[in-house]
Amino acid sequence: MANFEFVLPPAPTTNIKVAFGEGDLVARSASSVPPPAKQLTPVAKLIDVSKCIGCKACEVACLEWNNLRHPIGINTGSYNIPPDLDPNIFTVMRFTEWVNPETKNLEWLIRKDGCMHCVDPGCLKACPAPGAIVQYSNGIVDFDHEKCIGCGYCVRGCPFNIPRISRNADQPKAYKCTLCSDRVAVGQGPACAKSCPTHAIVFGTKDEMKKHAEGRIKDLKSRGFSNAGLYDPPGVGGTHVMYVLAHADKPEIYAGLPKDPKISTVVEIWKGLFKYAGFIAIGGLAAVSVLHQVIAGPNRVSRADEDNAKRLAGSDKK
Amino acid sequence: MTTTSPYDVQPGDRVHRRDPVVVDRHSSFVRVNHWTTVITMLLLWASGFALFHPSLYFLAGLFGSGENAREWHPWLGLVLFVAFYGLFFRFWRACLFAGEDSRWLAGLPKVMAGGDEERLPEVGRFNAGQKMFFWIMAIMVIIMLVTGLAMWDQYFYDYTTIEQKRIMVLIHSVVAVLVVCGVIVHVSMVIWERGTLQAMTRGYVTGGWAWKHHRKWLRELVTGGRVGP
Repeated sequence: MANFEFVLPPAPTTNIKVAFGEGDLVARSASSVPPPAKQLTPVAKLIDVSKCIGCKACEVACLEWNNLRHPIGINTGSYNIPPDLDPNIFTVMRFTEWVNPETKNLEWLIRKDGCMHCVDPGCLKACPAPGAIVQYSNGIVDFDHEKCIGCGYCVRGCPFNIPRISRNADQPKAYKCTLCSDRVAVGQGPACAKSCPTHAIVFGTKDEMKKHAEGRIKDLKSRGFSNAGLYDPPGVGGTHVMYVLAHADKPEIYAGLPKDPKISTVVEIWKGLFKYAGFIAIGGLAAVSVLHQVIAGPNRVSRADEDNAKRLAGSDKK
Repeated sequence: MTTTSPYDVQPGDRVHRRDPVVVDRHSSFVRVNHWTTVITMLLLWASGFALFHPSLYFLAGLFGSGENAREWHPWLGLVLFVAFYGLFFRFWRACLFAGEDSRWLAGLPKVMAGGDEERLPEVGRFNAGQKMFFWIMAIMVIIMLVTGLAMWDQYFYDYTTIEQKRIMVLIHSVVAVLVVCGVIVHVSMVIWERGTLQAMTRGYVTGGWAWKHHRKWLRELVTGGRVGP
């Protein structure tokens, strides 16, 4: 075989411990878990936006692996079909036509959108159903549909607008990318990474992926993209899905990828401070009420009151 | 007598010359309406507080599952809204504030501490505390309805942005706690003022109760000729 320059190295998927389960949870929604006995090697999916050709093989592979069906949509004059994530679409390519103000070049930015598998997941923080959202020590954040109650709190918790609630089903549930936790558990990479013809999506340990990204960023910089960089936002503790961006200084141009994502302050107050404040308010007031009954004693109607009422009503002079 | 009824007197209010004197206070319709709001609200608390904190998630068991609690809650909310506003339209006029209310409130702390209620000015069918509870609940029920609809993803997901949804859910839970606080005071006062609860169970109070707590109302009934055997 000729040594073509574009022959790609195999996607690095070595050194991943498989067969993780309940014992590997580091977080569980609305409940606590004992610290896991062993730490799995953190995994990550790296999406190199500069290498993506927008073929949608990843979308197809995702649908196929997760056995999802989606009705044929409507062409709105954009490649962005389907237009958004939904309960049956865990990943979607977002196409942006962007004119680089420095070079006046049209750049076709194609970002594969989906769950970022945050180290500090807002969905998990917001979830009220014990065990409906779990986080494994390898970094995967997964939804357990047996325990999900379909309340949509995860939608409010997520800083990336990822979870979708099936609304017309008999029993609404939240859905999102699982990072193919079922494939990773048996030593496979996610379906999207497996299907990507340009290796724009690669999967491996987080360290490997960061190293892999470094090479890509160096290459991009050598080709004039001086702001090329890795998107691994610290506001959510880093993510287990990372992007290589040619313009890492302005992630917003990639279909609104947030520059500094973090769990909304409103969600933090709602799920943090207010839980305590609410219990203190209710408990305190109930205690004060009981104390008041005990200290002030009952407020009883006296015999004299009844007599006064009789006099007023005229029943005493019948 | 041709005088029109004072603003706070209800159609069914009537004094009976018995021993002791009996005063009809709440019609059976009002009582059914009121207990509908009570039961609905308790169910709302069970289903709502199940989602408020993990330690209360067991309350969802009353509905069979978390899914059921989630599904029932908004429908119960609609029932509460209708039931509460049934009471609202019946009593809003009687709950307009009157001249004596500020003096009554000023004297309230001493009475609460066990002081003589004779210090307080005579009040009509509802005292200033009841009126405040009434208006505050009227506002909070509306806030709960609006923020609740914004949380009802099955039907209203598309009408708000995610940032608005976050704010709505925070407001909904804060106001829910305030509603509980209001109801704690409401129930606490019913227990404290002996003889009050029967107004909502049997519909009538004793004349002495009316004399002691709502003397102006009792006088209005007597002077208005709403007296019978």
